Amino acid sequence: MKLEASGVAMRFGEVNVLEPVELSVREGEFVCIVGPSGCGKSTLLQILAGFIAPTAGRVTADGVAVTRPDRKRIFVFQERGVFPWLTVAENIGFGVEKAKRDAKVKELVPLVGLEGFEKTYPHELSGGMKQRVEVARALAVDPDVLFLDEPFGALDSITRLTMRAELLRIWQAAKKTVLFVTHDVDESVQLADRVIVMSARPGRIRAVVDVDIPRPRDISSPRYLELRDGILAEIGLAHEI
Amino acid sequence: MRSRLEALAFALVLLGAWQLLHGKVVPGPVEVAKGIGELWERGLLVKYALDSLRRVAIGYAVACALGIPLGLWMGLSSTVFAAANPLVQILRPISPIAWIPIAIVIFGIGEAAPIFLIALAGVFPIASAVAAHVRTVPPMFVAAARNFGLSEPQIVRRVLFPAVLPQMLSSLRLALGVCWIVVVAAEMIAVDSGLGYLIIDARNAGKRYDLVIAGMVLVGAIGLVLDMLFRALEKIPSVRWGFR
Repeated sequence: MKLEASGVAMRFGEVNVLEPVELSVREGEFVCIVGPSGCGKSTLLQILAGFIAPTAGRVTADGVAVTRPDRKRIFVFQERGVFPWLTVAENIGFGVEKAKRDAKVKELVPLVGLEGFEKTYPHELSGGMKQRVEVARALAVDPDVLFLDEPFGALDSITRLTMRAELLRIWQAAKKTVLFVTHDVDESVQLADRVIVMSARPGRIRAVVDVDIPRPRDISSPRYLELRDGILAEIGLAHEI
Repeated sequence: MRSRLEALAFALVLLGAWQLLHGKVVPGPVEVAKGIGELWERGLLVKYALDSLRRVAIGYAVACALGIPLGLWMGLSSTVFAAANPLVQILRPISPIAWIPIAIVIFGIGEAAPIFLIALAGVFPIASAVAAHVRTVPPMFVAAARNFGLSEPQIVRRVLFPAVLPQMLSSLRLALGVCWIVVVAAEMIAVDSGLGYLIIDARNAGKRYDLVIAGMVLVGAIGLVLDMLFRALEKIPSVRWGFR
């Protein structure tokens, strides 16, 4: 198993943020963690990445205990995580050792579609482009695992759709293990091999759904709608407005 | 362009009013302009201005060399902040002028005393501001750097420092202004050159108030130029994001 959480739980004082969680992620798998706000999904992701220590249980990566963040497993924040004082190229090369930096940047700029923007500063870019810079910055250190915490949450709905397609393309090309947190059920069914459905108060895993639709996915197919509605029902939401 | 014309017109009106209304003791702009010309001819204008600028440059450099690392350290470590911040906040509001007797006792007559006072004027505001800036850096930046395996010194150099640089430049610019203000007072003691000395000397030796005001005008004009030069730094690409 690439990543394993056993009995991972989190409390802040008296509040149970996360009930004990069991989770195994296979190498190369695309896993979405979906749930309403306050369900502890971001906390779980930060624990898996080694940013915060759980109050109980343990996380292992390739069988080794995770106690701190590691460059083999990179966390992608929302687009606000790009460094505003660096150009696109400098951001992408940030984690790469000097000797390999230029070559890495040259390789990744086309992958994320930022040709011609190498010398641009982030404040001159759109939200979607900044998000691509951050994904490229993560890919540049050639990690095994990518953690994405609602990476497209701040983007407009059209950009979000494009970014999803691009992420899938990049994931298939780069063969990474991806853990993707979102509150958007559609997004999770479009992207994931497996969807972890969480519920709030207390935060815990309610269901695990295998998305057995071959890619590229037809998002109007009966199976897609069936899976999506199943997850919505699991969270306790009707699919009618 | 239009606003510049307006500023020029306003200045001319004020100068005209000053020329018309000034009394016998306080000279008018024409006398002051003649005074500046006299200083120029005697070679004192350039000499005094350079002396003042040199003292400010050294004192300000000392203030930066001590204040920036202290501020970074205070911003990074809660322990250091808890220990040093009360002291910084107590020392910061004490005017450097209050230190004049101490400066003379320690450094005697010569260059060191005014430079000490100028450094004193800069160091506490700089340390205090830099510490505050470091504490506002989004934790996400530091988390990302840590994720890439950067060591603590690398995080300071590659993330915290550039992240605070725009705000820090603003604070350093204000501190330079304060140092320039203090040079006048600092040169009224212990030295016999510089624009501050010019002002006190013109009064003491012959009540030359035209030269007193000439000195004031020069101090103001040079202060403006320093500020404009410093502002030009805000155009550097890697800090421009902080000035939008």
